[in-house]
Amino acid sequence: MSKMKKSPWIMHYDGASCNGCDIEVLACLTPLYDVERFGVINTGNPKHADILLITGGINTQCESVVKQIYSQMAEPKVVVAVGICACNGGVFKDCYNIKGGVDTTIPVDVYVPGCAARPESIIDGVVKAVDILEEKYENMKKKGGKAH
Amino acid sequence: MIMSKRSVIPFGPQHPVLPEPIHLDLVLEDEKIIEAIPSIGYVHRRLEKLIDKRDFKDYLYVIERLCGICSFMHGMGYCEAVERVFDTEIPDRAKYLRMIWCEMSRIHSHLLWLGLLADAFGFDALFMQCWRMREKVLDMFEASTGGRVIFSVNTIGGVRKDMSKDMLKGFVNEFNSMEKEIRRLTDVFLHDYSVETRLRGLGILTKEDALRFGAVGPMMRASSIAQDTRKTGYLAYNDIDFDIITSDECDGYARCFVRINEIFQSINIIRQAVEKIPDGQISVPIKGNPDGEAFVRLEQPRGEAIYYVKGNGTKFLDRVRVRTPTFTNLTSLINILPGSELADVGLQILTIDPCVSCTER
Repeated sequence: MSKMKKSPWIMHYDGASCNGCDIEVLACLTPLYDVERFGVINTGNPKHADILLITGGINTQCESVVKQIYSQMAEPKVVVAVGICACNGGVFKDCYNIKGGVDTTIPVDVYVPGCAARPESIIDGVVKAVDILEEKYENMKKKGGKAH
Repeated sequence: MIMSKRSVIPFGPQHPVLPEPIHLDLVLEDEKIIEAIPSIGYVHRRLEKLIDKRDFKDYLYVIERLCGICSFMHGMGYCEAVERVFDTEIPDRAKYLRMIWCEMSRIHSHLLWLGLLADAFGFDALFMQCWRMREKVLDMFEASTGGRVIFSVNTIGGVRKDMSKDMLKGFVNEFNSMEKEIRRLTDVFLHDYSVETRLRGLGILTKEDALRFGAVGPMMRASSIAQDTRKTGYLAYNDIDFDIITSDECDGYARCFVRINEIFQSINIIRQAVEKIPDGQISVPIKGNPDGEAFVRLEQPRGEAIYYVKGNGTKFLDRVRVRTPTFTNLTSLINILPGSELADVGLQILTIDPCVSCTER
C-alpha cells in the first residue's frame, strides 16, 4: 500500500447476514488489525460516512433500509460488499426471501469474497475503496461539481 | 402540573450501538419508556426452508451459517439430532473434542459480549481489550479447525479434525496465561465505580418473571434460577465437575457477573477435558438415509437451544427446526424495557446478549 490519501470514515450495516462477517468487520477495528491507525473510523451516522460496508444478502425487509442509508450518504461515496452473501447471495442464494447480493439494490464498487471474509481481505477492500473514493472525487471536480 | 407528552421514537434497525438490525418502536412519556414494540425480519433468510434443496449432509454447511458467533454449536446441534435419528453413538474422543470447541465458543462469545457492553456504556479502552483477548481464542480456533468464524469441523458421526496432545497442552497453557489477563479486565466490570453505576439496577427481571417469560441462559441464571442444559449430560459433561453459576441480583450487573464467571468456568472445563480426553477414533461412518425424528437440547453461550429434525428415509429431510435462545429472551427484554430511560435502551438490549441473526434465521 502506498499512502492513504484520505482518512475514510466507514459505516457498517448488516443486511441479511449470519453475523460472521459483521464480527469480522468489528474485529478489523480492534487491536489485532486496528484499522484506526490508517485513520479509519467506524461511524453510526450515514451522513458522516464515506464508505459503506454491507454484509449479507438483501431481503425484502432490509431492502428499503439499505436504500435509505445509501441515499443519506454524502457524495462521493463508495460501497463495499463484504462476504460472499453480499457479493451474490452465497449460501442463502436459493432462499425465497433473499433477492441476491447487495448489487441488486444499490451500486457496489468493491467486492470482498469469503465466508466469512477475513479481516485482512476486508482491510484490502477498504484500501481499494479509498482509491475509488479519490477517483470519484476527482471526477466530481472535473465536472465542476460541488466538491471543493 | 404539566402533563407529560407521549411520543414514539423508532430505535434501529441501523443504530450505532447495535451491530445487528433490530427495530423497536419506543413509546415514551418524556424520557421514560412506557412500551416497546419490536418488529423483526431484517435478517430473515428462511434458512430452515432450504432443507428442501439441500440433502441432509450438505445442509450441515447451511445450518452452521445460522449465526457466526455460535456456528460451531449450531453445526453440532444439527449433527447430534441427525445422529440420534441414525441411533449412532459417536466415539468418546469426538465427544471431548466437541466439548472443548463448545467451551472455546462460549469463551469467545462472552468476551465479545463484554466488549460490546463496554462499547455501549462508552468505555472504549475496555471494549478494545476484551476483543484483544478474544482474538487469542480465535487464533486457537484457527490452529485447530482452520477457520476463524465458520469452522465446518463437525460431521454427522463425529468430527473431521483431531487435536494433537501438544496442541491441547498448548491451548491449556495459553488459557492459563489468558486467565490472569481476563481477570484484570473483568475486575473493571465488577468493581469499577462508573461501570457499576451503569449496570446496577438496570433492567430488573425477577425470578417469577424470568420463569413466566421463559428466560434462558445467563439471563435466567442471573435471576437466581439454577438451570443449565449442560447438566443434562450431553457430550461428556457428566465426567466434568462444574457448578451452575447464578446470581440473585436480577439486574444488568448480575448478568455481567454470571457471564464473566462462565468464562472462567469454561476455561476450567477445558482444563479438565484435556486431562481426561481418551484416545481413539474421531468419527464413525454412517450408512443410509435418516428415517425418524429426533430432538436435541444444548446450552449455547446465550442459553438453551433446541434442534429438531425429521427424516423420511430419503436423503432430503422433511423438517429442521431450531429454537434459539435470543428468541425466548426477547420476551423478557420487551418486559424489562418499560420504566427505564431512553438513554439506557442500548445497554438494556445488550444485557440479554441478543443474536438477531439466529433468531430470525
